[in-house]
Amino acid sequence: MEVKNERLKEQLIRISGVNPRKCMKCGKCSASCPSYDEMEYHPHQFVSMVESGNIDPLMNSESLYKCLTCFACVDRCPRNVEPAKLVEAVRLMVIRQQGRNRLTPDDIPALIDDELPQQAIVSALRKYTR
Amino acid sequence: MQVSYFPGCTLKNKAKQLDAAARLSARELGVELIEIPDWQCCGGVFTTAKDEVATKLSSVRVLEYAKEHGMPLVTVCSACHNVIKQTNHAIQNDEEFALHVNNYLALDTPYGGEAKVIHYLELLRDEIGFDAIREKVKKPFAGKRIAAYYGCLLLRPNSVMKMDDPENPKVMEDFIRAIGAEPVIYPCRNECCGGYVVMEDAAQAKKRSVEIMCSAELCGADMIVTACPLCKYNLMKNGNSTIPVRYFTELLAEALCVKEENHGS
Repeated sequence: MEVKNERLKEQLIRISGVNPRKCMKCGKCSASCPSYDEMEYHPHQFVSMVESGNIDPLMNSESLYKCLTCFACVDRCPRNVEPAKLVEAVRLMVIRQQGRNRLTPDDIPALIDDELPQQAIVSALRKYTR
Repeated sequence: MQVSYFPGCTLKNKAKQLDAAARLSARELGVELIEIPDWQCCGGVFTTAKDEVATKLSSVRVLEYAKEHGMPLVTVCSACHNVIKQTNHAIQNDEEFALHVNNYLALDTPYGGEAKVIHYLELLRDEIGFDAIREKVKKPFAGKRIAAYYGCLLLRPNSVMKMDDPENPKVMEDFIRAIGAEPVIYPCRNECCGGYVVMEDAAQAKKRSVEIMCSAELCGADMIVTACPLCKYNLMKNGNSTIPVRYFTELLAEALCVKEENHGS
């Protein structure tokens, strides 16, 4: 594995607290995922691709913004791997870079309507923006 | 009984009826919700990254308040409950995180996760009791078939939330029975509505919400109840159904006949 990927992998493991080596590749995380159809890389692939150091495709994928953080994969994993935490760590690694915010406060007015709860705005900003 | 109460941002704005009905009903049931002074928004979602500290401090401040005042911390909104309870769990189980948090806050006594965090449904079930509620119901929802919508935030991650069985919950169904209605069990009651993704990809939230509403409709529900303003929004706005979606506290207040005039929209 390239040094750069080795470093990224270490950082992702540290931030997320996930140990991808615990995965036994049963696929239950992806089978449980409500965003499966919207994702290019599915939860089980996040786990295996981080483990093998194939991290760039994940960092450039729209899949990062499709995870609902509903924790279905976390609760249903028989090995307690917690894939959602890995997805979150990769997304943070991207949006923490300069100029990589997915959403900015200026985008908000065009996205809201009269009924939208405040909770949606603060949650989206927390997920997509640093 | 007195408890400390964290309403959260949405209950002060778009979900005023969720808050008003919770306060009125609690009073009727002998519980005083004491709003924590100067609380700040919980942020809506818990960031699972272990190195995120600043985004979790507002939760720690209210937890510390509850600890200092010796009262459990009650929330009504599913999202606030999830964020605050996960933050408390992180402080209890992640020494490095707890150290960072306490370095920031510089409290007289470091906060170590001592506060007890309970959802309003747990207050009803464990502190008041559904039998006691049933006795106080003046206007039961007799003949109504009500479907409980849990969504994700109340139940998961179960290792932290520990409210109910995450795959076969019953606290809301027991609540529905207590107010005299018949609960409807349907497959999608603990599936995600799409949540905040509605801001980024409305089509995805629509797909999720339609599936949930269809599932409840097929099982014969007259009404859906939820504890979460964002779930309510997604199901009503994107669910493509005419079944009403209401807050569980609104139904409780109506059953107890404590409905207040002009309590906001």
